[in-house]
Formats: sequence, C-alpha cells, structure tokens
Amino acid sequence: MSILDSKIPEGPLAEKWNKHKAAIKVVSPANKRKLEIIVVGTGLGGASAAASLAELGYKVKAFCYQDSPRRAHSIAAQGGINAAKNYQNDNDSVFRLFYDTIKGGDYRAREANVYRLAEVSPNIIDQCVAQGVPFGREYGGLLDNRSFGGVLVSRTFYARGQTGQQLLIGAYQALNRQIAKGNVEMYSRHEMLDVVKIDGKARGIIARDLVTGEIKRYGAHAVVVATGGYGNVFFLSTNAMGSNGSAAWQCYKKGAFMSNPCFVQIHPTCIPVHGDQQSKLTLMSESLRNDGRVWVPKKKEDAVKLQKGELHPNDIADEDRDFYLERRYPSYGNLVPRDVASRAAKERCDAGFGVNSEGKAVFLDFKYAIERLGKSVIEARYGNLFQMYEKITDVDPYKAPMMIYPAIHYSMGGTWVDYNLMTSVPGLYSIGEANFSDHGANRLGASALMQGLADGYFILPYTIGDYLADEIMTPKVDVSAPEFAEAEKEVTARIEKLYNIKGTKSVDYFHKKLGHVMWDYVGMSRNAEGLKKAIEMIKEIREEFWKDVRIPGELDNLNPELEKAGRVADFFDIGELMARDALDRNESCGGHFREESATEEGEAKRNDEKFTYVSCWEYKGEGAEPALHKEDLVFENVKLTQRSYK
Amino acid sequence: MADKILKELKIKVWRQKNAKSKGKFETYIINDISTGSSFLEMMDILNNDLIEKGIDPIAFDHDCREGICGTCSLYINGRPHGPDTEVTTCQLHMRKFKDGETIIIEPWRARAFPVIKDLVVDRTAFDKILQAGGFVSVNTGGVPDANAIPVSRDDAEEAMDAAACIGCGACVAACKNSSAMLFVSAKVSHLANLPQGKVEAKSRALNMVSKMDELGFGGCTNTRACEVECPKSISIMNIARLNREYLKSRLSR
Ligand SMILES: Cc1cc2nc3c(=O)[nH]c(=O)nc-3n(C[C@H](O)[C@H](O)[C@H](O)COP(=O)(O)OP(=O)(O)OC[C@H]3O[C@@H](n4cnc5c(N)ncnc54)[C@H](O)[C@@H]3O)c2cc1C
Ligand code: SF4
Ligand code: FES
Repeated sequence: MSILDSKIPEGPLAEKWNKHKAAIKVVSPANKRKLEIIVVGTGLGGASAAASLAELGYKVKAFCYQDSPRRAHSIAAQGGINAAKNYQNDNDSVFRLFYDTIKGGDYRAREANVYRLAEVSPNIIDQCVAQGVPFGREYGGLLDNRSFGGVLVSRTFYARGQTGQQLLIGAYQALNRQIAKGNVEMYSRHEMLDVVKIDGKARGIIARDLVTGEIKRYGAHAVVVATGGYGNVFFLSTNAMGSNGSAAWQCYKKGAFMSNPCFVQIHPTCIPVHGDQQSKLTLMSESLRNDGRVWVPKKKEDAVKLQKGELHPNDIADEDRDFYLERRYPSYGNLVPRDVASRAAKERCDAGFGVNSEGKAVFLDFKYAIERLGKSVIEARYGNLFQMYEKITDVDPYKAPMMIYPAIHYSMGGTWVDYNLMTSVPGLYSIGEANFSDHGANRLGASALMQGLADGYFILPYTIGDYLADEIMTPKVDVSAPEFAEAEKEVTARIEKLYNIKGTKSVDYFHKKLGHVMWDYVGMSRNAEGLKKAIEMIKEIREEFWKDVRIPGELDNLNPELEKAGRVADFFDIGELMARDALDRNESCGGHFREESATEEGEAKRNDEKFTYVSCWEYKGEGAEPALHKEDLVFENVKLTQRSYK
Repeated sequence: MADKILKELKIKVWRQKNAKSKGKFETYIINDISTGSSFLEMMDILNNDLIEKGIDPIAFDHDCREGICGTCSLYINGRPHGPDTEVTTCQLHMRKFKDGETIIIEPWRARAFPVIKDLVVDRTAFDKILQAGGFVSVNTGGVPDANAIPVSRDDAEEAMDAAACIGCGACVAACKNSSAMLFVSAKVSHLANLPQGKVEAKSRALNMVSKMDELGFGGCTNTRACEVECPKSISIMNIARLNREYLKSRLSR
C-alpha cells in the first residue's frame, strides 16, 4: 500500500461527490461552537472558506500579511470565472467543463477532483450574484458570458476587466459580516511562520505581527492554508510583491508533501521587461489575442534596427512580417494555448528576432482589427487595457503595435491534498492556488477563480467536518504546550540568524540572482544539463545569501526587508525542489517543456507510459535529498490524446 | 517614446520610526533613474542605496503594483497618488518628473489613519466601516439561481462603477476634512443598485455612516477634492445617493 491515500470515492464519476457527502461525518451545531479553525490567507480560497466555516458555527481565526483581507492577490485577476451553467444554450455541461479542464491540464490532474470542481461551479455564480457581485449582463437583464482560452463554449462570467476584484470583494463582504458577528477574528499584517503539530496533527501556527515584530502562538483544531502561489521564485512575475511560497514550504517541512512543483504557467501576453530596474510584470489580458495579431520581422536586419530604435514597426511592410503563430499553427493561429504561444515567442526571440532593445519582445498588433472593425469597436472591447498599456509604456496601442513577452503567472503545483483537501498531515488543509489539485500541468484561463471559490465555499466546509467530527472531545488547544514553545523557538532563532548576518547585500540582490537562474534553466524550456546546473547554482546563491545578506531596521518594528528575507530564504529551497521535479519528469506536458521530449518540429511530447503520475515530494531534513513518491493517475472517463493545434 | 535617464532627483521624504515617535522630513539624492521606471521602482532603488549605506530603508505600503489592490498610498508633491490622473501610486511613472526635481513624499494624513512607520498608515478604519454593513446578509448555499432575478444592464453597470473602489484612502487623504464619504458612498451605491443589496439598503447606509463618524473621519463639505484624486474615478454622485439612502433611513425610524 502506498503511503498516499487520495481517498477518491468509489463509484461512477458523476456520483462520487454526492456519495461522498452522504458518507462523511457531520458535526452538530453545539459542537461546532467549540471547534476552532485557523485559515491562513484571505484570497478567494481563504476568504470564502473563513466566511463559510464561520457561518456554519465554527470559531475561525483568519490571517493575511496585507493591511486588509481585501488586498489578497486574487484581486488582480482580470478575465473571468468559468462555470458550467449552459446559459448560452451552446451545449455546455458539467462533463464538458470537466473534459476541457482535464485535457487543458494535459492529463496530469485527478479525474474525480476536476469533475467535482465542474459540478459545483454553477453554485459559485449563484452565490456571488446573491452577494452583490456586479457581473456583466445582457440588455435583457440576464448574465452575459464570454469565451476564453481555446474552448468551444461561452462559459466565462466576468465583471469588466476586474472579475477577481469583484469576486474577492464578495467573499470579503461575507468575511466582514462574520467578523462583525464575532465569529471570525481577523489578523491582518500577520505572517504565518510555522505550523505546529501535536501528536502528528496540525494544532496551530506561529505568526509574526508585522507591525510590532512580536512572535505569537495560535491554536486550533484544524489549520487551513490558502496562501496562493509561489511564482515569485522567478523574481519577476505577475504575482504581487508579497506573494510567496513560505507557508506552503513550512507545511512541507512539517510533513505535508509537495506535488508537481515544476508545473508553473507562463502567460504569453505580459508587458516586457525594460532594463534592470523592473520590480514586477504586468499582465495584459489573454482576450487581446482574439483581435491582435502576433508578429516579428522576417528579416533579421529589421529586427536589429528595431532593437536599436532605428526603425518604427509601422514602417515594416506586411510581406516582411512573420506572423509566426499563424504560420506554425494555421488552425488555431493567434489563439493557441498559453504554453504554446509562450514557447513560440521565446523561440523567435532566441533566434534573434526580438523587437525591443533587449531583444525580448514580440508585437501584438491591432492595426488589422482596427481596419476591419473600426477603432470604436476595439476601444469598446479593450479600452481599459489599452489605457493601462499606455500609462506603463507611453506607447499608444491604437497607433503602434503593443510589445509583449511571456511571464510567470501561476503555479499549478503545490501542496498535495487528498479528495478532502487535507494534506498528508492530519488536520492540515490546503486550498486555492496553494494546493496542486485541479489544473494538472497547465491551467485553463478563468479556472483558478473557480477553483478557489469551489474549495472555500462548497468543498472544504463539508470535508473538514469529516475530520473535526472526531475532534469534538479535544479541548481548546493549549498554546503553552511544549510543541508550541519549540516551534516558536525555532522561528525566533531563524529570524535572529537572518538579522545577525549583517552582510553587505540587500535581499533583492539575491532574489534577482535566483530569479535569473530559475528563468534561464527552470523556465519555459528545460533540459537535464541545465536543471542540474540550476540546482548547483541555487545552492551557491543560497550559501552566499546566508553569509552576506544585510537586513537593516529593527526586529521589533515594521521591517519589510526582514519579511522579504524570510520569503526569499524559502524561495531558494522551493526553486531547488522545482528543478529536481523538472529533472525527474523527462517528458513535456503542459507548461513543462523538456527539450529531450519533443517532436521533430519542436512541439511538446508527453510520455504517458512513464509519467502519468503526480510527483509527491517528502521532506527528509535540512540538506538531505527529498524522497519522491508517486500517485498514479487513473483515467476511466477520458481517453488520453496528444494535444495538437496545427 | 524612448526612455530617458533622470540624472538626479532630490527625494524629500517623511521619516517616522513608529506610531509613537515624532516624524520629520529627510532628503536623499538619487541618480540615474529611467523615465520608464515606475515610481515605486524608483523607491526600490533608493532603498537599495540606503541599505548599502547602512540606513534603514523607507517603509511604504504596496503589493500588486498594478493598480488594483489599493495598498500603495503615497502623497506625492501635495497630491495623493501623485501628479498623474486616474492612476495609483504604483502605476505612476517617472516620465511625469523632470531631471533635477525635488519630490516630496508624505504618508496619507488623517486622524483615522495613524502612521505606523514612515509612509505606512493604518487603514483598518476602512475595514471597520464595511463590517458595520457593507455586505448582503446571505450565507453560503441556499441562494436562488443566478438568473432568477434579472438586473437591468444599466443598474449592473452603475453598481460596477461604484464597486470599482479599491479602498486605497486617497479620497480621505485629499479631503481637508478627512471625510470618508466617497469611500462609504461607493459601497452603499454598489449594493443599493442591485436588487440583492436593496433589501438592506437603509440600515446599511445608517450603520456605515455612524461607524464612519465614530472612527474620527470628518464630514463632507462638497469640496470635490476626493473625486479629483480618486484613482478609480468614483463619482461624487454616489455621495448624493448615499445622502438619499441615509435620509430615507432616518425618516423611517
Ligand atoms: C494578474 C493575474 C490575473 C489573473 N487572472 C485570472 C483570471 O482571469 N481568471 C482566473 O481564474 N484566474 C486568474 N488568475 C489566477 C488567480 O487570480 C489566482 O490563482 C487566485 O486568485 C489565487 O487565489 P488564492 O486564494 O489561492 O490566493 P491569493 O489570492 O494569492 O491569496 C493569498 C492569501 O494568503 C495570504 N498569505 C500568503 N502568505 C501568507 C503567510 N505566510 N502568512 C499569512 N498570510 C499569508 C495573503 O495575505 C493572501 O491573503 C490571475 C492571476 C494573476 C496574477
Ligand atoms: S473612493 Fe477612490 S480614493 Fe476613495 S478609497 Fe475608493 S478608490 Fe480610493
Ligand atoms: S500596489 Fe496595488 S494598487 Fe498600487
């Protein structure tokens, strides 16, 4: 028997969740009042979970590092949220959404989890509307939909270009209501620095009050981690400055397995890097590819002139433009999936055809759409995005093509969870982007918001009861227990160690260095040699960091450099594990491209015979090699096929 | 437009160790900033310089750096979010400044937003106002189908206009009375425009306004400074709507 029990219920796919719900235990209202739950993170996953659990009667403590729960990075999602409502009568269904997600994930996700996600998706939209989320509507007063990312139906609900913001505000409102009622205690500007286990079960956390620097203990009967993704391991990404992998990493060090860490998504349409002063990358919505044509010059001399600023793109004739996506993928053209579009852009730039001063950008041109549809149509569709682009780059996309380049955007990998969303540590749960569960090797557009809210509103509130039903006799967790003292001591020692290095270089210096290694060797295109090199390089940078980082300020005061240092220290370890995982997976699937596993034309080649599994890494101690376990993926309802967009 | 280099800037910035200490301005010189950099990237570079010199870097709030989370909050040359229009501090770019310029940076100044450190202020008062009624009282589950109640497109769009508020607090910082009326009215309008939110519209307005008063925000005297500085173009028409809702609830008492 494997040590991994995914607890996937028996029976036909469509009946699993209902059967499971009927079989799992329920806690009585009187007992719920006695049970405490810690929720770390207040994004779509955390806020929806904290609010729903409090409504059920549990006593909840919620944490976030920002000054308000409303600022979690879910706020930045633009495009929309999927749901199998079939409001458009275009033959959408739970099965179709399930199928698209499984296929989009390149067959590296669990059937049962994905089916359940599709199954609860309609409830999410109902819930959000009831909360007052102002989704886009038709003139008749009913909800409007858009299509997204290469699927054949229109199932994406949206609130202008601010869907994440509006969904998060909905969840935040629900959370506020429970805070006002006294059912949730909110700890903003608090960062979780460790999870505490007693007798093998998660029983609380250690957190730092970011304003006073105080290290505090919090006990509970269960701990839920909803801390988002680890894309910032690359330094530059579309994530928020504070987004981090540290909470998930602490869970890992306490025995929670980390799954598929090498699966990260690279989004093709971001504003390119300019010089070396840049701090983060801005996403331009995927929807732009509906009307923009992607190109680079055909002639290298034109590219060189563009790079030197000696030529204006509008002066390059149509016949001298290489619409490489249309050329390589005639049937999907500019609308190929994210991973394919990203790799194709990199290929052209690596070959010397990049169009900005760094040679790392391609054009996204609206000239043709404006000629065809008129400026007013384009303005109505993308006006806000064009304005944002102009504010950042000082270029007017109505008059000259946009420049775009791929950037790190999302982490499909994350903490391993079973069907109940529980990690391999009893009583420790992981939801939202932090877990690995639903997107396989590539996430479809508009599906992360769906997953976060599915987990928080409709799945965890049920499944956590199954565990807590056995905890009703457990008294209030005593934070003076030696396990808490031990964890607090370790956390304090680590902070002091970092602070006392008093070296010469800032945290950012090391973070950038790590980011370069990750992007060059563990980025869009990977090979065994490069990955091995990355592991060595990361080790060196980490060593240098622990010898030479300088953290100014005080320990007992607001200290952003200290916060960053802790997160970057963990990014070294996460980066190394990502490289190991990428090394193990000698196949190309979804966002993970191994040069050794490609067709003759350079397209990705999956290897189902060898790699139809979820990698599950187990921590074996500081400096020791982690152990790899494999959860085999079983497909009973879909047939595995190679993706083709030719 | 090709980026230029700003050879030298003087940064006059508010430094304050913590909530209890008295603050003062310090001036730093910074060199070679690309006009293509964002204002906060300039701050990053300045901070890196300070760290190398062994000086405590300047604390400021920020997170998404794409104008949506509402965290960034700098008062630059006498204006919340600085000289550009309809942008947050994080979207402000250095091309709005001239070589050799002195840039003055302060925190939001309002009684209800006490300084925590340097440019970082405590805005939990905003959360508290929303906790007083900025929600629809529905639990998870048991709600009707999303299309059961049609909502006119105009109402939905108007609700969305108001719901675009990012809770940054620039309106309060811009107001000589430190009033939070624009922020409160945005939430009241967002929900009152939708059938789902109408049910509690009256009590919501009353509860949120009394909470705002209790927390030390000032009254509104229609100076419109808030509207001018709001990065999300929240209109003061919302304040008129809030006043109507408020009056209705007072009258029905
Ligand atoms: C620019 C952008 C656009 C996107 N657009 C879309 C889209 O259109 N559709 C879609 O479906 N998805 C989109 N995504 C993806 C989606 O937004 C995210 O995957 C999702 O919102 C993540 O939600 P979450 O709740 O898991 O985490 P987050 O929203 O990232 O929340 C993390 C929470 O954890 C807290 N936290 C983190 N670490 C700690 C710690 N150590 N201690 C205490 N608290 C901590 C933070 O304070 C925060 O509250 C987009 C992502 C980006 C970056
Ligand atoms: S109303 Fe405008 S200025 Fe005020 S908090 Fe909202 S977005 Fe900021
Ligand atoms: S940092 Fe998020 S709005 Fe400026």
